[in-house]
Amino acid sequence: MVWVNDIIQGILVGGLYALFACGLSLMFGVMKVINLAHGDLAIIGGYIAVGVIAVTHIPVLWSFVIVVPLMAVLGYVLQRSVIQAALDRSILTTLLVTFGLSVVIENALLEFVNANSHSLGVNDAIITSSFSIGSQISIAYLLLLIFVVAVVVLTGLQYFLSRSRYGRMIRAVADDREAAQLSGIDYRHVFGIAAAIAFATVALAGIAYGMYSQFSPTTGTDTILLFAFAAVVIGGLGSLWGTLLGGVVLGVSQAIGAQISGSDEFLAGYIVFLAVLVLRPQGLIARKATS
Amino acid sequence: MSEQGPSEPKGRGDAWTEERGTSDTPRAPKGAARSGLSDTPREPKGAAPSGLSDTPREPKGAAPSGLTSDEGARREDGASRAPGGERDNTAPGGEREDTAPGGEREDTAPILEVRELTVHHGQLQALDHVSLRVFPGEVYAIIGANGAGKSTLLRTIAGLHQPTEGSIRYDGQDVTRVRPERRAISGIGMVPEGRRLFGSLTVEENLQVGATYARKGPWTIERVYELFSWMKDRRAQRTEQLSGGEQQSVAIGRALVANPRVLLLDELSLGLAPVVVQRIYGMLPEILATGLTVLLVEQDVSQALRVASHLQCLLEGRTTLEGKPSEVTPEQVEVAYFGLRTPVGEGSEEP
Repeated sequence: MVWVNDIIQGILVGGLYALFACGLSLMFGVMKVINLAHGDLAIIGGYIAVGVIAVTHIPVLWSFVIVVPLMAVLGYVLQRSVIQAALDRSILTTLLVTFGLSVVIENALLEFVNANSHSLGVNDAIITSSFSIGSQISIAYLLLLIFVVAVVVLTGLQYFLSRSRYGRMIRAVADDREAAQLSGIDYRHVFGIAAAIAFATVALAGIAYGMYSQFSPTTGTDTILLFAFAAVVIGGLGSLWGTLLGGVVLGVSQAIGAQISGSDEFLAGYIVFLAVLVLRPQGLIARKATS
Repeated sequence: MSEQGPSEPKGRGDAWTEERGTSDTPRAPKGAARSGLSDTPREPKGAAPSGLSDTPREPKGAAPSGLTSDEGARREDGASRAPGGERDNTAPGGEREDTAPGGEREDTAPILEVRELTVHHGQLQALDHVSLRVFPGEVYAIIGANGAGKSTLLRTIAGLHQPTEGSIRYDGQDVTRVRPERRAISGIGMVPEGRRLFGSLTVEENLQVGATYARKGPWTIERVYELFSWMKDRRAQRTEQLSGGEQQSVAIGRALVANPRVLLLDELSLGLAPVVVQRIYGMLPEILATGLTVLLVEQDVSQALRVASHLQCLLEGRTTLEGKPSEVTPEQVEVAYFGLRTPVGEGSEEP
């Protein structure tokens, strides 16, 4: 029964990891940009939420109404300026630039906020409590909510990409930028849109993490980015459902690792990550080859 | 096209063999007769080269003859009675030949005008002061060997390369610095070399992407399905699963649904079986009937000669020959194409 509980907890945390990862996956899938500042941007989302709540006193759960659009705009602007400029040089330059962005964000946060941990306290009893199934399985509403949000976000994104006009344009640009231009599509704008979507999910990830745990300026790189990477690699780059599966696999292996020995929690996750890299480098759900 | 197809290559073939058989080096009589031709293999480009290469198409002031029928009919004419037609044309010393299309062209401004275009790929000069003028309704063919700069020319017109010198005017406007997507929206469509479909998208999605910023016009996705009858049943398939010819058809459809005014076709025949090439080029009259202007690049000379109303040959980034297909002799083409004075590489132009 303990194991069942572990697996259930792992799956639910996997939703959070999938939320971390889907923006990373989207930006890689469309622009071939590996955004090393991904985790720090999520933390920025968290800090913005802290600020917004302090100023407006809106409920934590509703902070996304402000944070998500703000981050989306930031995503569009960053993509059209810094990241596009790097892309125009080479894909490798984007690695350097986003790494630089990550360092800048982290240090700016240390400078202007402080190194203390923050969290987004949810006062709503329905969210902070949990319910039990049997005697040993206890499910926190918050984790369940995050998992549901992750599934909704991924489903929505999948639907948007496969059905909408803009989604089609995004996929077309991801396939062949030049051919898209010949059809009148400004790929820079499409990249901006994709980045805006990615950053919106990053904002959700930051808020969710702030409610689930606590964050400091370094949490972005040492936790969120790493878990996002692991989830993306396990699931398969560029595949949204793979991202969810990757998050869940990572969450479950961490939970099982923690059960074996408290200190093995993260180790277990990374062992699975490495095993997938060696045995199935394309990820569990490989994206149908486009290149 | 499918009907005139067989008759035409035969006529051409005869001409080729005849030329090769009889005259080896000095082909003065024929060349002289077609005086209007600008056979300029090594033109010094300093002194008004555009004027030079334009001469054959400049109006002679004479009233346009009755030859105002559409290109297709004219082509059919010239093809079916190739020998007779040639004599007809050469008799008045090239004058009639020039005035007929020249007069027709003069009425309208060129829809596309390239002036002294020079393009570099890094250190390498791909185009050297190339000029051309495409008039509405024409099928303008650019031929040349591998690496002659044909594709570069087309890609530069589409905006995918920036020229180091020269200008591109479309519909009276200078578009030299306009971004490719803006050019596409304003009516310059292109079927790129190698088809370049969106591989993870279905056939229909490819067409939908093509129609994203479509201008108003006769072409719709339904119309493309009518043109290529197989396509509708397989519209839900990913284009990766299609054969080369089918992919080429989708690429043409994708360009058509945007309702371009000028359609740039980059090496349609590349990597396709001759039968498939025939079939695809067979679609051209139907496409032209909707009022498009076509600028195409082709390595396959016989194919280009068959469909073109105007011909320009590039060699190492320079214009070596320009004129109407009926005006040029096969050996002029051969010289312009290979840059050799004696015809070698027999038959290599004809697949």
